[in-house]
Amino acid sequence: MWYILTHYWSELIQGLGYTLLSSVIALFFSTIIGTMFAIFEVLPNRAMRIIGRIYIELFRNIPLLVIAMFFYVIIPMYVAKIDGFTAGTIGLTIYTSSFIAETVRAGIQSVDKGQMEGARSNGLTYWQAMRYIVLPQAFKIVIPPLGNQFINLVKNSSVLAFVAGFDLMYQGNSIASLSLDTINSYMVVGVFYLIITLPLSYYMRHLEKRLA
Amino acid sequence: MKKVTRYLGVIGMLGLLTVFLTACGSRKSLSQQDVLTNDRASNTITWGVKADTKLFGLMDVKDNTIKGFDADIATAITKKILGKNGKAKFVQVTSQTRIPLLKNGNIDAIIATMTITPEREKQVDFSSSYFDAGQSLLVKKGSSIKSVKDLNQAGTKVIGVTGANSVANIKKFAPKAKVLELSDYAQAMTALKSGQGVALTTDNGILYGMASQNPGYEVVGGTFTKEPYGIAINKGQDPFKKEVNQALKEIEADGTYNRILKKWFGNVAGFDYKEASR
Amino acid sequence: MQNFIDAYSWVNIRFLLDGLWVTVEVSLISIIASFIIGSILGVLRYVKIKYLSAIVGFVVDIVRNLPLILIIFFTYFGLPHLGFKPGILFAAMLAMTIFESAMLAEIVRSGILAVDYGQMEGARANGMTYVQALWHIVFPQAIKKTIPTIVSQFISLIKDTSLATIIVLPELLNHAQIIYGQNSAFIIPMFLMVAFMYFVICYALSVLSRILDKKLA
Repeated sequence: MWYILTHYWSELIQGLGYTLLSSVIALFFSTIIGTMFAIFEVLPNRAMRIIGRIYIELFRNIPLLVIAMFFYVIIPMYVAKIDGFTAGTIGLTIYTSSFIAETVRAGIQSVDKGQMEGARSNGLTYWQAMRYIVLPQAFKIVIPPLGNQFINLVKNSSVLAFVAGFDLMYQGNSIASLSLDTINSYMVVGVFYLIITLPLSYYMRHLEKRLA
Repeated sequence: MKKVTRYLGVIGMLGLLTVFLTACGSRKSLSQQDVLTNDRASNTITWGVKADTKLFGLMDVKDNTIKGFDADIATAITKKILGKNGKAKFVQVTSQTRIPLLKNGNIDAIIATMTITPEREKQVDFSSSYFDAGQSLLVKKGSSIKSVKDLNQAGTKVIGVTGANSVANIKKFAPKAKVLELSDYAQAMTALKSGQGVALTTDNGILYGMASQNPGYEVVGGTFTKEPYGIAINKGQDPFKKEVNQALKEIEADGTYNRILKKWFGNVAGFDYKEASR
Repeated sequence: MQNFIDAYSWVNIRFLLDGLWVTVEVSLISIIASFIIGSILGVLRYVKIKYLSAIVGFVVDIVRNLPLILIIFFTYFGLPHLGFKPGILFAAMLAMTIFESAMLAEIVRSGILAVDYGQMEGARANGMTYVQALWHIVFPQAIKKTIPTIVSQFISLIKDTSLATIIVLPELLNHAQIIYGQNSAFIIPMFLMVAFMYFVICYALSVLSRILDKKLA
């Protein structure tokens, strides 16, 4: 293991960087997109609700790998030249956003209806009430599940390996076949993943306990 | 009840721990049984072959079997070693999975477009070479890439396959190019088509197969390396290796080899199968 | 359009269905096995048996926080080093089971924690032993509470079998790759068909879970 670590240090660090970068980008955009579709789902407008529902159900029920490969293969053919990292991150964002939408929707719905009505009767518009009253409370509720989504995101970013996204797993495959020391290479990669995910996961548990 | 739960828990836990202990597990526990004796007993040789490589090993969707030069050579060798009723069992491998699978004993031998290289010889043994390939490039027709020299520019992306020798080579011949490693040749070809890289590099035999499936693409620049393909066998399996080499000699002598070569490469544009005959 | 008609020839569809069958087979067995093992591990984490619970907790946390692809590599490439040689189907099932058991253990544990502690005390006061109360009163309620989470975990499992294509498990996505690898005109039709097949199975399961959840609530 030590040999792998010292010999392929720069590849590993590069992989770690791409994994983190992809996860952070995907987290940022999937939170925005996810929240948007969550709001769609609670809107009084029926058409918007249906759009929200279709988006969420569609991307929740198709494997991330299929989505990522779709973007890697098909988008460059017809739409725009995007590389593996971009394609994988877009796939990751869309996939995760459907889960975040579901989580945030549950959060919004668990905020008392009276809050919205109260805010509206105080002269706030629907959007103002959503923005300043409902969403902040909903987010407080959904922080622990969102944290878990982030952990999943880091783990799921390993699909970038399938689309040459230069992430940790990709480097791991490369190192494993260069060094021909499969198990130790993947052990090192595993340790690198744990360095990110394990502290996060303990922090989330701590947070959950504190909020409960 | 409590006892039972605890007992089951311990079992479950042991199962989980197993996985993590693998790294600490000594490499010697590798099944070092004699492959030849086992294969004679079961009348079967298990070969690792490609399933995504036209001409060498390609899955036939119609009957779910792997067909190609490698597969036919493997069958011919099996018949020589085990007799007419000997069975050749095929396990699908990729460039990435083949060496671990061989070392783990999941397969007895690899016959999967595998170049004999000094690095690999530290890990596994090779038979004498059964096919002489050379690395080349596949590009879209009309591409500005004419040879490997054209790839040596910053920002050029070349597509290869994880674990293939060609990836290591291209890093030597075109150090400025960026190599994108895909998991297998089907994925690599798909990536080339979607424009993820300007060229796909691997051995000419494989590339000719791809070019024949994809009319808009051509092999350019000739070969810039020599890639003798060998059958990989675990270290310490000398009796088996001897038998394989012997069988290889026999099929070359009795014309089986040339027949198989002609069957797969006889009509491949740009490939001189007569020159490759033995 | 012609591409679609050619791509969906009976030969290709049959090949895809072969792959789908492997996906279903691996998923189904892993679901059953991981439900049992995950429940046991979850309970073990909750009951606090000296050392044992701590070890279980530690291992579960490690497994949960690794990408599934790594676990797949470990079972397929790693186990033979211990003298055990899994075939590809078994290796995939084992990897899925190990990973999902760890995920379920966490869900079950939090489910048990969410069941009112008073329930346990009430059951004990009525003369049940701790284990009886846990098994007959607390555990069923915990499972009932967590059904939606558990089912969505199983849906993830089904989707995640596609990752095993990296060790060439002949499942749905792998078979689709083989088909479009041989004729690139089939790329889009294959992607759509694969997405459709996964969607049908996973969506059906999520609808089922909603019905189940309503019935039990």
